[in-house]
Amino acid sequence: MLSQTARIDLLVVADMVAPKSRVLDVGCGDGTLLRLLAEERGVDARGIELSQSGVNDCVAKGLSVIQGDADTDLADYPDDAFDYVILSQTLQATRRPRAVLEHMLRIGRHAIVSFPNFGHWRIRAQIALAGRMPVTKSLSASWYETPNIHFCTIRDFIGLVDEIGAKTERSIALDHQGRPLRVGAPWWVLNLIGDQAVFELSRRN
Amino acid sequence: MPAARRRLTPALRHFYKSDAVFVKANKRFIVTIVPTQKALSQLEADAPHSLVVRFGADRPLKMDAGVDLGPLQIAYQTYGTLNPAKSNAILICHALTGDQHVASTHPITGKPGWWEVMIGPGKPIDTDRYFVIASNVVGGCMGTTGPASTNPATGRAFGLDLPLVTIRDMVRAQAMLIDHLGIESLFAVIGGSMGGMQVLQWAASYPERVFAAMPIATAAKHSSQNIAFHEVGRQAVMADPEWHNGRYLDAGDIPTKGLAVARMAAHITYLSQEALQRKFGRKFQDRAAPTFSFDADFQIENYLRYQGTSFVDRFDANSYLYVTRACDYFDLAEDYGGSLAAAFKGTKTRFCVVSFDSDWLYPTSASRAIVHALNAAAASVSFVEINTDRGHDAFLLNVPEFFATTRGFLDAAARARGIAPAAKG
Repeated sequence: MLSQTARIDLLVVADMVAPKSRVLDVGCGDGTLLRLLAEERGVDARGIELSQSGVNDCVAKGLSVIQGDADTDLADYPDDAFDYVILSQTLQATRRPRAVLEHMLRIGRHAIVSFPNFGHWRIRAQIALAGRMPVTKSLSASWYETPNIHFCTIRDFIGLVDEIGAKTERSIALDHQGRPLRVGAPWWVLNLIGDQAVFELSRRN
Repeated sequence: MPAARRRLTPALRHFYKSDAVFVKANKRFIVTIVPTQKALSQLEADAPHSLVVRFGADRPLKMDAGVDLGPLQIAYQTYGTLNPAKSNAILICHALTGDQHVASTHPITGKPGWWEVMIGPGKPIDTDRYFVIASNVVGGCMGTTGPASTNPATGRAFGLDLPLVTIRDMVRAQAMLIDHLGIESLFAVIGGSMGGMQVLQWAASYPERVFAAMPIATAAKHSSQNIAFHEVGRQAVMADPEWHNGRYLDAGDIPTKGLAVARMAAHITYLSQEALQRKFGRKFQDRAAPTFSFDADFQIENYLRYQGTSFVDRFDANSYLYVTRACDYFDLAEDYGGSLAAAFKGTKTRFCVVSFDSDWLYPTSASRAIVHALNAAAASVSFVEINTDRGHDAFLLNVPEFFATTRGFLDAAARARGIAPAAKG
């Protein structure tokens, strides 16, 4: 039931998670992904969500979710508490993306990050040709009211991964419907045609 | 039939309505005097309108003060039905001046139970599904052994001869009650404020006996400010000359003025600044202008005076000293080498921590400290900060978001425990 209605990009993320593992979903919204993981993969699923309505939805689904903020509350989790820490479509809305990513890799053995790709050709075209901040179907808010304050491209993200010394285990670019792009293209091409990307990272020891 | 009325002495008037009516019938006088609420509450301490369990001196309560308290009486109420598997029991822990009448009429005031918005058929804590137990705390005055109870060794009220009570003592006594009821493990332990402290203590002391825990608007330790407010209340009681060093019941007096002031001061801490302003502002009480006197000119003054005087009818002054002290002494981390996380190490209990954003008595930061510790202990924990302007008292009121959280958390936990849904009526 759930898997048919779930967003495809969530299925891509869920696919990276090993069954029976411990997962923290940062910015878990109404708990759709957590529930998917708990019910179909037997995962011990926990979450952090900023909105009270989101937390209430999650608690009502029987999920363990804490009302909190990725920027401030990840610091309180102990090292190695989880197998996976997931940040789904939230990185661009954090105040300090780098610190958030570092905390994720401290708390969990793996970090899974999905984010909209600001390097997509349509976005480049809007800036280059129209001279305006891009507004697309998936990024529909105007510049003055968007919660997304730290956009990046796939290439930018790879740069950050290198800078914090993390290792990319897997990476997938998705099209505008969230379907994986199954083309054996180099990253500079995916950075043009990928609507969003999902990265699984681990610590480089 | 000749009837005579006599006015009572001031001391007796604490216990009986002011007139005694003498009726002569068959060469005998029949005296009719009506006890006051205060007198009823004194009776309530020994012979409550509740279920009661008594533990003999051979099964005493081992208190943190180093004393064995026995015999011990525990007064409690239950609602709903215990299922055959005994898996659906919820213990409700009451706050400072609460009692076991969570969803039944208060025997002294005649008012509805203090948590009837939350507990009952079809309510978030659904008595069609769960078996709800609520007991009066040790040190209380509604039938569980406390300072107003008769000390069997002397035949007088304990007064200050009762050893100081801690939150842990309260929880130990509750565990004795749960044993007595033949319940191995509780489905949930739920409570707000001082009740929340008991919830935390339950989870720390008896982790295997608590499936789910809901500490609400509470803290794992009393702050300096919390202790300060309580000390003001206690000093108000003790400054009343009718307190008689705690032996007022022997003297036939009641320190009503001191206790009322204590309640007035405490009541301010239960409300938020915004709610007070919204409800009372600077509005006058039944007058258009100040009277240039110390009358209750303002509505807020009138309201607080009412809160104070109605409180003394139902609550024992010494009991107030004991329960406030129990909160002050509470510091759960201290029992575990200063680490709150250690108190919850290895716990399997599912927690749902709730705070209210306008509660300045037990603020959200205090709840977050609990959540951080539970996270550090890798416990299963949910946390919600409810947006409301109703201050600390919000946990007693009709706050829909809070009810939704409670219902959702309990439903999910009940599914996990295999408790059958309530039969549809």
